[in-house]
Amino acid sequence: MQPTTTKETHHAAHEGHHDEPGFWRKYIFSTDHKIIGLQYGITGLIFLFFGFCLMLLMRWQIAYPGKAIPVVGELLYKLLGEEMVGKDALGKIGLMLPDLYNSFGAMHGTIMVFLAIVPIAFAAFGNYVVPLQIGAPDMAFPRVNMASYMCYFLGGVVMLASFFVPGGAAKSGWTSYSPLATVADLGHHWDGQTFWILGMVLLITSSLLGAVNFIATIIQLRAKGMTWMRLPFFVWAQFVTAFLLLLAFPPLEAAGVMQLMDNLFGTSFFLPTGLQVTGAPLPVSGGGSPLLWQHLFWFLGHPEVYVLILPAMGIVCEILANNTRKPIWGYKSLVYSVLVIGFLSFIVWAHHMYLTGMGTKIATFFQTTTMIISIPSVIILTCFFISLWGGSIRFNTPMLFALAFLPMFGIGGLTGLPLGFNYTDIHLHDTYYVIAHFHYVVAPGTIFALFAGIYYWYPKATGRFMNEFWGKVHFWTSLIFMNLIFQPMFAQGMAGLHRRMYDGGATYADAANVLGVPQAFIDMNKGISHAAWALGLAQIPFIINFFVSRTRGKKVASDNPWDATTLEWQTPTPPPHGNFPKPVEVYRSPYEYSVPGKSADFTPQNEPEKR
Amino acid sequence: MDIPYTTQLREDTNLYNAKVGIWLFLASEVMLFGALFSSYILLRVGAPPGTFPHGLLNIPIGTFNTAVLITSSITVVMAWASLKMGNFGKFKFFQAITLLCALGFLTIKTFEYRDKFIHYEVWKNDGTRMTGHIEGNPWLWNTQTLSDKKLAAITFSPDAHHYAEPRKHDAEAKSDHGGHGAAVQIPAADIKRLSAFVPAHSTYFGIYFTLTALHALHVLGGAIVIGYLWGPGAKMWKTDPERFTNRIEVSGLFWHFVDLVWIFLFPVLYLL
Amino acid sequence: MSDSHSHDHIAKHVRVYIIVFVALLVGTVITVGMYYVHFESVALTVAIAVIIATIKASLVAGFFMHLVSEKKSIYTVLAVTAFFFAGLMAITIWAMHDFPDNTADTQQPLPGAAAAPAPHVP
Repeated sequence: MQPTTTKETHHAAHEGHHDEPGFWRKYIFSTDHKIIGLQYGITGLIFLFFGFCLMLLMRWQIAYPGKAIPVVGELLYKLLGEEMVGKDALGKIGLMLPDLYNSFGAMHGTIMVFLAIVPIAFAAFGNYVVPLQIGAPDMAFPRVNMASYMCYFLGGVVMLASFFVPGGAAKSGWTSYSPLATVADLGHHWDGQTFWILGMVLLITSSLLGAVNFIATIIQLRAKGMTWMRLPFFVWAQFVTAFLLLLAFPPLEAAGVMQLMDNLFGTSFFLPTGLQVTGAPLPVSGGGSPLLWQHLFWFLGHPEVYVLILPAMGIVCEILANNTRKPIWGYKSLVYSVLVIGFLSFIVWAHHMYLTGMGTKIATFFQTTTMIISIPSVIILTCFFISLWGGSIRFNTPMLFALAFLPMFGIGGLTGLPLGFNYTDIHLHDTYYVIAHFHYVVAPGTIFALFAGIYYWYPKATGRFMNEFWGKVHFWTSLIFMNLIFQPMFAQGMAGLHRRMYDGGATYADAANVLGVPQAFIDMNKGISHAAWALGLAQIPFIINFFVSRTRGKKVASDNPWDATTLEWQTPTPPPHGNFPKPVEVYRSPYEYSVPGKSADFTPQNEPEKR
Repeated sequence: MDIPYTTQLREDTNLYNAKVGIWLFLASEVMLFGALFSSYILLRVGAPPGTFPHGLLNIPIGTFNTAVLITSSITVVMAWASLKMGNFGKFKFFQAITLLCALGFLTIKTFEYRDKFIHYEVWKNDGTRMTGHIEGNPWLWNTQTLSDKKLAAITFSPDAHHYAEPRKHDAEAKSDHGGHGAAVQIPAADIKRLSAFVPAHSTYFGIYFTLTALHALHVLGGAIVIGYLWGPGAKMWKTDPERFTNRIEVSGLFWHFVDLVWIFLFPVLYLL
Repeated sequence: MSDSHSHDHIAKHVRVYIIVFVALLVGTVITVGMYYVHFESVALTVAIAVIIATIKASLVAGFFMHLVSEKKSIYTVLAVTAFFFAGLMAITIWAMHDFPDNTADTQQPLPGAAAAPAPHVP
């Protein structure tokens, strides 16, 4: 791809003579995809930590209902006031009141999904790695990229600000079902729910801009020789994810606008006729449909969960190939499976709505599509498992996380099956079984893949390795405690313990002999909470490792310390503005490890054939 | 390395980057308006009888607005064609008409909205309903206003027929409410609910205002971009004419989409 | 640089644009005219309005937006989008109109028991 016009040659000649941008242009208002990727990553990790802390506080109330939270309780009272934090039976300040519990619950879900996982998995890793892996100098639209980060940042600020408005943050679940979402804070118009909707509009805008950028970049900016079937699987995963975000988010944006109108302008899009709130009819026109909100929400909500998992599968694929020193088994199957998952994910959404009084025909439709979509997911996991066979496995930290992803995602995926069948879902819907299922897929699933990605690509971004010993400590403690948290929840859910309950099920104790949940299952809450707090402690070595390794980590000996084949490892470390000093040409598929007859056990994609 | 294919077409796709970008964005917009259209259908089908008004929008004005947008659509493509033929003057001319059409559309919409804000429905305690105007044509009164302003009664000019009555298909149907009856006094004590034709009135007006306001915002946004490229942004014609022409094409594609949405909005909201 | 539009090529297009413009205006007049013709069937009224609107939309998309001469990749994106949009609309409407039979609302009361409560509004 030689410059073909005098204008381009002129520019290329001046490449090395750009004035160095100042701090603000370089790090804050940057249009370079790598800086933007890091911005998304750091902001996302901060939100991940914040959302995690919300859960740690909730777990106190679940395990020890009615007791004031030690240490932090008083601080919460000072920050959030007496509407949210009360006194326990012993007069101690720091009892989490129901409204606060519900706010933390709704915001934990919202923050983890929209402010942490999607920005890290899609935007951070995608922005940093995808242009490098396809041999492009940057994203197709760098300024749109910057705008998309700014929207995300603003959306995050709005979400955090919502904790401090009268009435507190949104407290109607991350799913914001109407009519509760509209009537929860009838006293205030500009309440937490309104802020939630405004924050979501900003986040959706950010995602849409990002999705357009990713798809256009992957279509248009692949280097010479980088055909579709030579793309690393990570790029395919991000490509499909971008399409999911592009087409599934707008209906939620529409629904958000309508719910905002319900909250601020007294419309009744989602408020049925004859609704009574605390004994009095609500003074609205009625005629709306709460089901309409659910359909529009889950139309996004289901593709959203594939947005959470596909980038993680992409990351795991890269790391597995690299650390087994052999090509991934079934590349074509992986590509077709991920395309099919993307397509099918749009027509399964109402399996989240089996208990809304659906008829048998429509329930059967969604059940069928839900079962079908499990097939490509299993194909992907199976390809990964088979890829291990006969591999020369290197058990470094990224590989440990990637390996653990496989059985953990397996558990998460398999436990989804009883939820996908509408008959068994009648028993399991809205119980802790559901919480266990989706946390298995996202926590020891996606988050492990994200950790793997951080440990893996850290040397490319910084020129230093993260510490291996503390990485392994982080891995083993996280794995053990995550399982101790979520494994018992399956049992709790099957015993009937409902989710989103303020007191962890203590209410059931009164009804223990009338189809209530046996006390033994409620007692599990204590063990789960202790495991959660231990999981929190287990992240401390990771956080320290992340920051300290930047200056004290072991330096890499080359630009390609993992001996990898994909293009991001064939750049200087860290890659300069424009990424590749010369245009790249690609000659082979992405996972040419241990090819018989070659002298090295890997061949980079852009290495010319030796004559 | 510069980012390639900003003007040059990529060989295997035969597209330049911005064109891919705008079509992707338009796909997402199809889903956005599509969700709202789906909501319209569901709300209409699910509305209790007599609560989903019909025939309250001015059809001649809506038709005129449709013609205005269609005109702007051809002028925007003619503006691009003029640039492709190297005629900057003609581009300026056609694009100016586009902008005038946009301004005209938004102005007319503003008057349509105002018409709704002074048009009321009264539900009386005895179960009867009336639509019409309040003396003095105040804006945006509702049930709360009656007690806020401590009114004993309102002077109300009812319309000749109410939307819940069976639809007529002759000369009366041409105007949006078929003329006024004589003014009557309605005591505030008899009024169960008073509402202008605002979003809160019914799900019909809720979805009408949401759809048309969102559409109007898109008209405004498109007009701002086209206006910028007509004014300060036109400098690029001298320095990089190909890239400038592409920008006009891309903004034109957005504009056509806005017209497309209206092509569906008009019959759905005004006629059906 | 690499696009083949010559002056005459564009001039031919201009003729097409004008024809489409007139067709759109005619379509609008027909749509409004249909409003004053009363059909007994709601389905037919809706169908006609939607068909006319779709024809107008296709003219704008095909000629003003150059889709008739555009590349396959754009078509694919739009076709996929159209499928999902149709799916969202159709399946949601279906879902809200399919109810279980023989629920408490619709069961016949047992002899001697009180009458069933009124059916719920969808």
